[in-house]
Amino acid sequence: MGDKLLEIKNLITSFRIGDHYYAAVDNVSLTVNKNEVLGIVGESGSGKSALAFSVMGLHTKAKIEGSILFNGKDIVSLPKSELNGLRGDDMSMIFQDPLTALNPLMEIGAQISETLILHRPQMSLKERKDHVIELLNMVGIPRPEYVYEQFPHELSGGMRQRVIIAIAIANRPELLIADEPTTALDVTIQAQILDLVRKLKSEMGSGVILITHDLGVVAEMADRVAVMYAGQVVEIADVQTLFNNPKHPYTRSLLNSVPAEGQDKLHVIQGIVPALQNLPREGCRFAERIPWIESNTHEKDPVLHEISPGHFVRCTCYKHFYFPEEPKEAKVYGNTRG
Amino acid sequence: MWKFIVRRLIITFPQLIVLSIIIFLMAQAMPGDALTGLVDPNIDRAAIEEQREKLGLNDPWHIKYVDWISGIFQGDLGQSFRYKMEVTELVEQRMINTFWLSVATLIFTYIIAVPLGIISGRYNDTLLDSSITGYTYIGFATPLFIFALVMLWIFGYQLQWFPTGGSVAPGTEPGTIDYVMSKINHLLLPALSIALIQTVSTVQYLRSEIVDTKQRDFVITARAKGASESRVYNRHILRNSLLPIAAFFGYEITMLITGTIFVEQIFSFPGMGQLFIESVLQRDFSVVNAVVLLFGAAAILGALISDIILSVVDPRIRIK
Repeated sequence: MGDKLLEIKNLITSFRIGDHYYAAVDNVSLTVNKNEVLGIVGESGSGKSALAFSVMGLHTKAKIEGSILFNGKDIVSLPKSELNGLRGDDMSMIFQDPLTALNPLMEIGAQISETLILHRPQMSLKERKDHVIELLNMVGIPRPEYVYEQFPHELSGGMRQRVIIAIAIANRPELLIADEPTTALDVTIQAQILDLVRKLKSEMGSGVILITHDLGVVAEMADRVAVMYAGQVVEIADVQTLFNNPKHPYTRSLLNSVPAEGQDKLHVIQGIVPALQNLPREGCRFAERIPWIESNTHEKDPVLHEISPGHFVRCTCYKHFYFPEEPKEAKVYGNTRG
Repeated sequence: MWKFIVRRLIITFPQLIVLSIIIFLMAQAMPGDALTGLVDPNIDRAAIEEQREKLGLNDPWHIKYVDWISGIFQGDLGQSFRYKMEVTELVEQRMINTFWLSVATLIFTYIIAVPLGIISGRYNDTLLDSSITGYTYIGFATPLFIFALVMLWIFGYQLQWFPTGGSVAPGTEPGTIDYVMSKINHLLLPALSIALIQTVSTVQYLRSEIVDTKQRDFVITARAKGASESRVYNRHILRNSLLPIAAFFGYEITMLITGTIFVEQIFSFPGMGQLFIESVLQRDFSVVNAVVLLFGAAAILGALISDIILSVVDPRIRIK
């Protein structure tokens, strides 16, 4: 185990819907070490982004409980001004939609410079511009002097994503959170962007949280992987273990749904992640999507079991899980979105 | 950007030409012509007809139009038969008065709208926001001519803070400080009356823009950079929210014209609006024509100005 950079303990992030608070992130504990990529995978709605936003303190209307220790300091209760000192400097985030994440009225150069102005006010105008050009070069943008004065609408999606990455790495953050950095991009650009993230990690020794629903990306990039379902971590392991010896039914179903060569039928996981206010709060949350598994194999109050060093699985149902012979038609159970 | 402005300017000319044709045809459709009100009805009909022919009143409309429009280019808007003077001369002083009234109104409109819209949008769904929104609903529901009368009665007659009519105190010498101050003093109440009512649409517009913009992704990017909340508002949200307000400017000018027509009448302020109403009532057609033409041109220019402002603040509009 390396040095702990980020330690999330019993984090609960809840949102108010009507009169009640519902936890989108429900009692999650995770650590990220220096010079390590932690992959977080899960379907849409499993709480991955809500977790990332909690770490960055970007939720405006959520209730956050538990603690997030960044270099040993709890940042949940940190005053706004101190948090602003960290954000963009010691920790930063790459957003998933490059088309909307840039201010349409600001030149690219100014948008990258802003994070330098905020955290390194002593820099001279020229130093700052040189640094921005260097960053643009680093993320592989051709003709950086020209792009410096362009506006976001003049760049392609891939270029804009590079600009967002340049903003995120401008101050060489210790923690970099990449929230589905390649979702909006086509495959050739994806590989380049991932290379870039990997290069930055090894150059700067930063800890990276890579959020994605693309298992291929995780296999390629991550050192350890946490699988999230319905706001909870259901399995954590290092990347080899997770791919070679997955335990939790959800992890296995996810891996099983990756199309293999020569396969003529796509394996799907039945149903969808329930909407926030319909999440089952008791018992195994995945139970209703594997109805052919005996209900007495689930734990009443599932906890994470360490089945080998560093490999944790939630609920005992994994011991009894099998794929049904003939995959039934995908059917939506009781809970639908909205 | 310059290319855009030039192109936009070129579009303005056909707009003005179409405007002038419409106004001319509408004037033609009205009963009577320039001679009707001028000649003694006892004069021999044949003589009048001969005069008509001589003055070109029987020519086809396009020839008359060209005649009229070339007159306008030479600064000749015709004769007012009521005042028995050149329309140009008649309109000049009133146009200046209305211009300053409009400027004052616009200043008040934005002085009220920008802070209220920002507060309302930034702290939406709070008590403060509700009270501001409440004011805008009242503003929407209140007819300007009633509101202006109430303002006149309270601040003009009861409290006597402001003069109740005219555009300048009688006996002041043009060019002196007193004269300018008196002019400004006469502007304030009518301008404030229009602004308080007409600003409400801008307040609401700005509010909903800010509420919209603050949920956009680039705002999260700005926060993630470590920008303070006030910086996020001033640098990112506000500028994006002001774009539609700039686009709204052209419409604002049109509203202003309607506003001045009512308010000048109520405050007996010698401007274009008052002249317009009087001339319509007196069937002083050449004056009505000229005033409508100028109002129309003002609306077209308003749209032009708002497009130019927009092209300056929004890089996406500039044509390559």
